[in-house]
Amino acid sequence: MDYLLSEQQIFIRDTAREIAQKKILPVRAELDEQEEFPWDIIKELAAADLFAIFVPEAYGGLDAGILDVCLAMEEISKACGGVAVSYASSALGAFPILLYGSEEQKQKYLPDIASGKKLAAFGLTEAGAGSDASGIQTTALPDGDHYVLNGTKQWITNGGEAEIYTVIAMTNKARGIRGASALIVEKGTPGFSFGKKEKKLGIRSSSTRELIFEDCRIPKENLIGKEGQGFLAAMKTLDKSRPGIGAQALGIAQGAYEEALRYSRERVQFGKPISSFQAIQHMLADMATKIEAARALIYSVARYMDTNPKDMSVESAMAKLYASDIAMEVTVDAVQIMGGYGYMREYPTEKYMRDAKITQIYEGTNQIQRNVIALGLIKRSAGKGK
Amino acid sequence: MKIVVCVKQVPDTINVRINEKTGTMEREGVPTMVNPYDLYAVEEALRVKEQHGGEVMVLSMGPPQVQDALREVISMGVDDARLLCDREFAGADTLATSYTLARGFARIGEYDLIYCGKPAIDGDTAQVGPELAEHLNLPFIGFVRKIREVRPGFICAERMTDDGGEVVESSLPAVVSVVKEINEPRLPSLRGKMKAKSFEAVTWSAADLEVDRERIGLKGSPTWVVRSFTPEPRGGGEILAGGDSAEIASKLAEKIRELGVCS
Ligand SMILES: Cc1cc2nc3c(=O)[nH]c(=O)nc-3n(C[C@H](O)[C@H](O)[C@H](O)COP(=O)(O)OP(=O)(O)OC[C@H]3O[C@@H](n4cnc5c(N)ncnc54)[C@H](O)[C@@H]3O)c2cc1C
Ligand SMILES: Cc1cc2nc3c(=O)[nH]c(=O)nc-3n(C[C@H](O)[C@H](O)[C@H](O)COP(=O)(O)OP(=O)(O)OC[C@H]3O[C@@H](n4cnc5c(N)ncnc54)[C@H](O)[C@@H]3O)c2cc1C
Repeated sequence: MDYLLSEQQIFIRDTAREIAQKKILPVRAELDEQEEFPWDIIKELAAADLFAIFVPEAYGGLDAGILDVCLAMEEISKACGGVAVSYASSALGAFPILLYGSEEQKQKYLPDIASGKKLAAFGLTEAGAGSDASGIQTTALPDGDHYVLNGTKQWITNGGEAEIYTVIAMTNKARGIRGASALIVEKGTPGFSFGKKEKKLGIRSSSTRELIFEDCRIPKENLIGKEGQGFLAAMKTLDKSRPGIGAQALGIAQGAYEEALRYSRERVQFGKPISSFQAIQHMLADMATKIEAARALIYSVARYMDTNPKDMSVESAMAKLYASDIAMEVTVDAVQIMGGYGYMREYPTEKYMRDAKITQIYEGTNQIQRNVIALGLIKRSAGKGK
Repeated sequence: MKIVVCVKQVPDTINVRINEKTGTMEREGVPTMVNPYDLYAVEEALRVKEQHGGEVMVLSMGPPQVQDALREVISMGVDDARLLCDREFAGADTLATSYTLARGFARIGEYDLIYCGKPAIDGDTAQVGPELAEHLNLPFIGFVRKIREVRPGFICAERMTDDGGEVVESSLPAVVSVVKEINEPRLPSLRGKMKAKSFEAVTWSAADLEVDRERIGLKGSPTWVVRSFTPEPRGGGEILAGGDSAEIASKLAEKIRELGVCS
């Protein structure tokens, strides 16, 4: 379908596609097997200006929008969801600075993120604070012109590889979530170290680690926005980034579907290609329909978000929820269509299925997305009723 | 540093057709591409720029459709390009091509380093680079597989030879031709593509270049294509071993006489 993309959006899509097909696809199985961080590919993405698309021109970016990021994510994910999340997490880490950062912080950090010279990461989750982000225990207590960070963040994508971390910590525990603040922490700051690299089901080329803070002193000028704005910054950041995860799911689904379609035309059983069996045809038809519906939803939500509406939590959550749920369905069906071959690591289909699962979990589980959507809709309805 | 890369547009490899009558390549209406070797040259030039700053310019001779090839290299990050384009340039052999390119360099004026591909995959003579160096009276380093060091006024490069390699140092400016082992060319960037979209290289005609009209195009080409054919694969060759150098030399002389190459 033609989604009436702008010329720049077509450039972005084609640039990402070329890298995905020529550079990522040939090595994705090895990256998955070795659980190796894809630095060579990150450098390719950087040289192609793909990290510039989510940064304004004034800070060395190309000032493109959410839709543009989604297009890049979809193409990269078609080849490898693990590479895609490593790319996306740099945007995730940059969003708090973009949304609430001071002019000095933007000048200092964004150009290196835009050029891809440095990766960013976002640290919210802790062992006791997953869906319930208000449970975070990491503290950042003021001490002169510094904050002293103590605590451990868990499962942080790009952990260890990124140079710039935006971390949510309690500057005033007594105030609950209103006592949370967002801070910029640079790799190499004394008292800041990393836990071991997690072993995962999917997206195995991405790095997931603990961030460990032990009396880590952060200059006060690294506070993003005001004290107490941390929770808001985190929620607004996730609003912005969720369609990107939707696009990751979309790309994974598309990749798996294409693999299954191709295979079904080649595989002969009972004297015929399996694509001639109606049971297979209907699965393929359902897969393609779900994918197109997800694409239409993500692109429209992203376009809408690029008009800077005041409240878009509901729409943003819908894009992530729907695309990730159908990605799981589609990838499971892709393996089913390919039978035992689909289950083998020799084919990419089982990897698509493993990679799809995370999109229903991170940046808020799909249960939490449903909560966000329902609460938002009820609020809107109540607002109208007044 | 200012690095200039010679880039040739060639027919897309799968579609090469030879005109049976004239023995020359059919060029009309055939899909084209940038000579792949020249992409290695462009990549190497961009790396020098990344290291030392400066500018990468591309120079090409050919018909107006070469603008497509120039847009392609612009999308990789090349800063600017010049196209030598004139009906009078048509039918050039390597001598006339290298002369015309040399006039282009005279017009460009200042430059620190010239890169070209080892061969163009269509003509495949690998002569234009060395001939260009002769016309410009510059050092030439051919078949380069690695640049060890480059800085203003100095280059150290590894050449590929049949039985190994050579390390060559030279002053700059110099002409350097590269082989495919040297690097992996980058893919186009977003900024590059946006620039390429509206890019049109300045073209220079025969008049602009103040050329000697007897030395360009068909008129300036002493070679004539009699016939084009696929040559027999070369034999293994013979190594003369054993004995001292005088013995080997006399054996060699005898062989040469036997072959009737000279008496
Ligand atoms: C590979 C990976 C990478 C990650 N990267 C990052 C990162 O870069 N930065 C970061 O900050 N975090 C990251 N995370 C953390 C991720 O966002 C959390 O795992 C996620 O928010 C869920 O939290 P949890 O795992 O603690 O699950 P829990 O919150 O413990 O949830 C367990 C189950 O209970 C359900 N549940 C919880 N509360 C409710 C409710 N109110 N109603 C209904 N059901 C509910 C959940 O949906 C889920 O099914 C990453 C996680 C993984 C696995
Ligand atoms: C005898 C003979 C007759 C010919 N007659 C005709 C003819 O009638 N019509 C016709 O269209 N062609 C003709 N050609 C082809 C034309 O001369 C060659 O394509 C051209 O001279 C370049 O030589 P080459 O392809 O062997 O390049 P090579 O010497 O193999 O190329 C080496 C490098 O030189 C540079 N280079 C080469 N050509 C150019 C260029 N044009 N612009 C910029 N850089 C360049 C590139 O960096 C390239 O990688 C003829 C060739 C020969 C040998």
